[in-house]
Amino acid sequence: MSAAKMQWPEIRFKVNGAERSVSVPPMKRLLDVLREDMGLTGVKEGCGEGECGSCSVLLDGVLVNSCLVPALQANGCEVLTVEGLATNGALAHIQQTFLELGGTQCGICTPGMMLAAESLLRKNPQPDLDEIREGLAGNLCRCTGYMRIIDAVRRASQTPTSTAASVREETVRK
Amino acid sequence: MRSNASQYELVAPGSLDAVLALLAAEPGVWTPMAGGTELMVALGAGRLAQRKLVSLWGIDELRQITASKDWLTIGAGSTFTDIRQDAVVAKEFPLLARAASWTGAIANQNRGTLGGNIVNASPAADSPPVLLVYEAEIELVSAQGSRRMPYSEFHLGYKRTVMRQQELVKAVHLPRGRRLPVEYLRKVGTRIALAISKIALAGVGAMHAGKVSAVRIAAASLRETPARLSATEAALLGHALTQDRIQAARQALLQEVKPIDDIRSTANYRAHVAANLLEEFLEQMAASES
Repeated sequence: MSAAKMQWPEIRFKVNGAERSVSVPPMKRLLDVLREDMGLTGVKEGCGEGECGSCSVLLDGVLVNSCLVPALQANGCEVLTVEGLATNGALAHIQQTFLELGGTQCGICTPGMMLAAESLLRKNPQPDLDEIREGLAGNLCRCTGYMRIIDAVRRASQTPTSTAASVREETVRK
Repeated sequence: MRSNASQYELVAPGSLDAVLALLAAEPGVWTPMAGGTELMVALGAGRLAQRKLVSLWGIDELRQITASKDWLTIGAGSTFTDIRQDAVVAKEFPLLARAASWTGAIANQNRGTLGGNIVNASPAADSPPVLLVYEAEIELVSAQGSRRMPYSEFHLGYKRTVMRQQELVKAVHLPRGRRLPVEYLRKVGTRIALAISKIALAGVGAMHAGKVSAVRIAAASLRETPARLSATEAALLGHALTQDRIQAARQALLQEVKPIDDIRSTANYRAHVAANLLEEFLEQMAASES
């Protein structure tokens, strides 16, 4: 094993804005690299087969299931996980609306939901209900709190980011 | 049980030529992997038999969609998202855009590729019935060169194709300017998002002077491969769509399909619903001339 370990390629990528590098088996799932090697446990494992979306991350800005991405294919990429959504302790707009509208129950699906929502809103800032449903269709919530999740995405699309930012500042000041 | 990733090799030669050289040097040893939406599932489930994989992800030569006068060429590495976003696909091959839109959810569409969907050779795959009714051609490439054939000749049997060990799918070519006025596509699955088809039926056709002047029908999950339903087509071509004729077409379909019982559905349900889908398509055909 240790001989094999010597041969593991170095994977360099940017994770939540910071340059990182790891030597891992090239087929190690990005999910496991993020959780085990980077300590980013906000990336959750649900089904492990690309159906539940709990492990959603943005890879070069594109929504992916990190359980289906081998580490080598993330080489040279930028990864955004839920830990990278907030900046300096201030929640991102989508986090703020999930908080305000209770778009979370047990919390396992929440990081993936927020990244899927973030991905949708970046491409389509004013999605209609069908578009929100399609954007979140790959993310399963087994508490089945879908309505509040959808409401949170709607609120995020309806409120200007600046409003949320000021709400954020107040929250932070408190 | 999850597989132990350290027991697997994955290399990324980075260019099409380098991948083809590797496949030619050690035929049968390396398994190509594009977006990983199939093979990584097998890894996660502890049943990925192939130990040496070569990455096709990020090879630009495989991920281009280009239009010439007569053909739209979709690189095999194009994702379903790429296909949905392409203006020519949307305008001239809308059934393909629709099939792409229900191939998994957004995250799967961002990684899953047309070539992977074809090579995986599942009889339930979403894009093949559409490629069959659009009379697509498929281009295979190896270090020895490339060959191109009608896509209808690609699948030989369950999970068996004409591909040789050192070959890759390079592209799918769709003929432009031959669009028929009626287009139909319906997938029946357990839910809308993320469901693998129980059955899917694609149809294109035209009516002239009250009779079927052109028709092409293809199905998923009704035979051991994605398949054109040529006996059903023959039962329709040149005929008026009377009730008797529709019944005859239903019978032809039931005779030529070979559905199975499996985890997703039963043979009986598949056959019955497939005939209903055919009838829905034929209603659309009949309405197209009135």
